[in-house]
Amino acid sequence: MNTSARSITTTANPRTAHPAPMWRRVISQTRYEALTMLRNGEQLLLLVILPVIALVALSRMDLLDSVLPAGASRLDYAVPGVLALSVISNAFSGQGIQTGFDRRYGVLRQLATTPLGRSGLIAGKLGAILLVLAAQTVLIGAVAWFMGWHPSASALLEAAPLLVLGAVAFTGLGLLAAGTMRAEATLAVVNLLWVLLAVVGGTLAPASALPEWLAPLIGLLPSAALADGLRHVMVPDDPGALLGPVVVLAAWAAIAWAATARWFRWS
Amino acid sequence: MDQMTPPPSPQDSATTNTAAALEVCNLQMEFKVAAGRGHHSVKAVNGLSFQAAHGQVTALLGPNGAGKTTTLECAQGLLKPTGGSVRLLGENPWNAGPALRARAGVMLQDGGLPQSARPGEFLKHISSMYRRPADMQELMDTLGINSYLKTPLRRLSGGQKQRVALAAALAGDPEVVFLDEPSAGLDPQSRAVVFDLIAQLKQRGTAVVLTTHLLDDAQRLADHVVIVDRGTVRRSGTVAELIAGDDTTGVLRVGLTARQRDLWEEAPPSLTGAGPESGVQVEMHQEEVTVTGTFGPQLLEEITTWLATTGELPTSMTLQPRTLEDVFLAVAGREIR
Repeated sequence: MNTSARSITTTANPRTAHPAPMWRRVISQTRYEALTMLRNGEQLLLLVILPVIALVALSRMDLLDSVLPAGASRLDYAVPGVLALSVISNAFSGQGIQTGFDRRYGVLRQLATTPLGRSGLIAGKLGAILLVLAAQTVLIGAVAWFMGWHPSASALLEAAPLLVLGAVAFTGLGLLAAGTMRAEATLAVVNLLWVLLAVVGGTLAPASALPEWLAPLIGLLPSAALADGLRHVMVPDDPGALLGPVVVLAAWAAIAWAATARWFRWS
Repeated sequence: MDQMTPPPSPQDSATTNTAAALEVCNLQMEFKVAAGRGHHSVKAVNGLSFQAAHGQVTALLGPNGAGKTTTLECAQGLLKPTGGSVRLLGENPWNAGPALRARAGVMLQDGGLPQSARPGEFLKHISSMYRRPADMQELMDTLGINSYLKTPLRRLSGGQKQRVALAAALAGDPEVVFLDEPSAGLDPQSRAVVFDLIAQLKQRGTAVVLTTHLLDDAQRLADHVVIVDRGTVRRSGTVAELIAGDDTTGVLRVGLTARQRDLWEEAPPSLTGAGPESGVQVEMHQEEVTVTGTFGPQLLEEITTWLATTGELPTSMTLQPRTLEDVFLAVAGREIR
């Protein structure tokens, strides 16, 4: 051993391990989470295949004809609802189930002991959700485009921040489920809610297409708020408003993340 | 592993590693447990103290539910102690930043491995969290993970998963490694490899803190043994110190012939120090006389003299030092928890 090297060692330990920079840790986790989601067969069904089936069904059947605004086609009206559904699939069901099982197998605790830490882990999950959402949006948009959907650029630009806000709100709800229930219970609950929110939660069909007494309640759901907001910015001549849905969605995001911070259990 | 850094010589460790890698002082950890309609508290750890030094293996030994894992989780920053203090490399591990987390590697008892991931990519991912990770290729080679790099973790055996978890703990080339039952579920070959690896870590000046209830492991690996029971330290020291003990130094077993057994039962020899009030216990089990306790060559002479009077050789005769198991059972008791 080199004696001069030894003489300059003044710290308590001859070597000190260092963390990778924060951005690298979070990007690495984002990439890892996104790949895990996309590689899982059941997740792909939820993320892409079911939303595309909903898109084709809604544009071929007359389910929404009664609420269609004058200047809009069935496809125009179906796309925003299907995009809202894909947000729920990804941020709520997909990440909720994945996080629930990661928690059960101690993966959350293992990662929390690495330099990534708890905040890095959550940042990585959110990053992965946005990345997967971008891919879902492009894919669903492409299918719709081939079916004859031609949105304006401004509609797409206005939809993007709504999709992100929706993803943030549903990630909070998904993590809340994953962090407070057993993994199997999370799986059952988020899948059941996915079906309910899709059909009667104002996602694929607006509240106005459902029984009258239900409509005001449904308007307060995050699913309806996201879909109504998207329909307002994307469907020509949509009679709705934007402020209400944005406020409802932001409130859900705030409540879900506050509750997650308070009740999420890592083990 | 990392060939760049030469291992510190023992002199180096002695002169530079003055501070303990881990100091646990009067640790308390109380959990609220649902009971019937209300809650009651359970003290998993109750005033536990010990230290772990660089370049040494410290083994926490104790029966199930003794508080070993809870103690480790407090030291890893996963649990906030309800009392006492923990210093990991001089810092408080609870809510520690990434700099401290980079310096400690953790292998959890339940593995902490995502079931759908493949070992190769998962370990590569973990190593990306560190600025200078360990040489993962070499580590996976050493641990024999290369033969199942692409098999999803859910399809691996317990021992294979265990080796992946160990590699994850070592991915950052840490200064302190926590191993919660590292040899659980390992076959003899893997166990030998893991023990070699732990010896190498020691050589590099790494502080290894492990839990086990395999006394054999502790006896082979540990420089410092901490016997934990009911949330507190019952005994600690080197293996040699613990075995030397104060109430037993050895076990003498003498196998007797049928005639010798009859003679012994009629009139047993008087042995120095033997008796209900003294430290030496003499028991007859089937065909064997067992003498346990602190005794000297005098007692051996008395036995062989008695054997000579019978005119026959005994069928067998063994003298053994007591093992860590004897100490452990004496401290923690024999009842199953």
